[in-house]
Amino acid sequence: MYPADLKYTKDHEWVSLASGNARVGITDYAQKQLGDIVYLELPAVGRSLKKGEVFGTIESVKAVSELFSPVSGEVTAVNDALTQKPETVNTDPHGSWMIAVKVADGDTSDLLDAAAYTELTK
Amino acid sequence: MNQPSGTLKKTPLYARHRALGARMVEFGGWDMPVEYSGIADEHLAVRTRAGLFDVSHMGEIEIAGRDALAAVQHITSNDASRLAVNQAQYAALTTPEGSFVDDVLTYRLADDHFMLVVNASNIIKDFRWIGEHIQGLGDAAAVNTSSRYALIAIQGPAARDILQTLTGVDLAAIKYYWFATGEVASVRVTISRTGYTGEDGFEVFVAPASAERVWDAILAAGKPFGLLPAGLGARDTLRLEASMRLYGNDMDEQSTVLEADLGWIVGWKKSEFIGADVLRRQKAEGTAKKLVGFEMVDRAIGRHGYDVFIEGNNAGIVTSGTQTPYLKKAIGMAYVPSDRTDTGTEIDIDVRGRRARAVIVPMPFYKRAR
Repeated sequence: MYPADLKYTKDHEWVSLASGNARVGITDYAQKQLGDIVYLELPAVGRSLKKGEVFGTIESVKAVSELFSPVSGEVTAVNDALTQKPETVNTDPHGSWMIAVKVADGDTSDLLDAAAYTELTK
Repeated sequence: MNQPSGTLKKTPLYARHRALGARMVEFGGWDMPVEYSGIADEHLAVRTRAGLFDVSHMGEIEIAGRDALAAVQHITSNDASRLAVNQAQYAALTTPEGSFVDDVLTYRLADDHFMLVVNASNIIKDFRWIGEHIQGLGDAAAVNTSSRYALIAIQGPAARDILQTLTGVDLAAIKYYWFATGEVASVRVTISRTGYTGEDGFEVFVAPASAERVWDAILAAGKPFGLLPAGLGARDTLRLEASMRLYGNDMDEQSTVLEADLGWIVGWKKSEFIGADVLRRQKAEGTAKKLVGFEMVDRAIGRHGYDVFIEGNNAGIVTSGTQTPYLKKAIGMAYVPSDRTDTGTEIDIDVRGRRARAVIVPMPFYKRAR
């Protein structure tokens, strides 16, 4: 269910640390809680984020939620295609990256692995 | 996700919602299904086929006695004397200020017997209010009969065909805002041609013990028609597209019937009722604010409680707003000054610190083809 190559936060974001630029999205659990997603607001490239900082908002038919950065670093890319088709997050949450971050702080010990995250969402 | 606690009230269909995998939320003290397959999916089913709603949380307050009509005329804004037996009307339960204690549907069950269908969160308040305000009006007594009814709504263009497979009542003969008694799936019910979606449809009042039987029968009969169970989420987006007001969002004790632009539910020709003086004055002199519809121009949703600006000045407040699944637009309702309500008026809405452009449009946003 939750890909083993991703790490997860208690706020229901996922982060892919495979390359130097971490990619960030929200989990299947999060998209299910939100329901039909209609808007996505993402930061500008170049913005510097601290771990836990709000980097954007995601809006479904019924609610608005904030997006929290799982890592510290500079935003190097933003998925503009996704903001045009935000409903893709509902159908492919773990394939829908939102921002790429050049990770400044290598400490990822507070992130959850797939098994721990699965346990959290039970 | 944690489910709401055990202190919430459950409708007779609670087990069905859990079995269908509904996401449950607290609403007006009740543990209610907000969605099953998804708000957009359910919304579109109601617009194109049919949807089935459990609205058993709604309250019923019955007023009976020789002077029941006089009592109902005194506490509600509309003219109940125009109701035939088996007919219903929309009305405000008014304060002396002409504002809303609640909005209600008044059913005339018999010449001297009425039933008000009221909002779930207002049942206790309404019942007390009615009891206090019909005292001294002669032979009329109010009873809170909410626990005697489950209420199941089937809404959508296929609603009549689906329900007709389960009843001997000629549904085509029930006109809009009329009702009949009969059987659905061999269960004694009252069938009302009313709803809160902007579609044709029926609301079925049934004894709680038989609610599951009726629910199951309609779900099964509706399957070939593409009927889906639908939750409060779709109910909200559907009613907003149809410009139907939601108590607590679009009007309350701080807004009058005319401010909510519901002058058509005032029986201007009837004699006095609570709040009549204020409403007559407002009709003659106008109101300071008025509820209007808007459509977003910028990519954003103006939601309940967001501030409205006109030419840079704080001029009002959004009462309801969403992205609608059928019209595929961001729409909403807002109070603005009465001299700024023209269609085409440009407004700005403060969306979490950012000004987003919107424009005033006529309501209803959606009207079904007849």
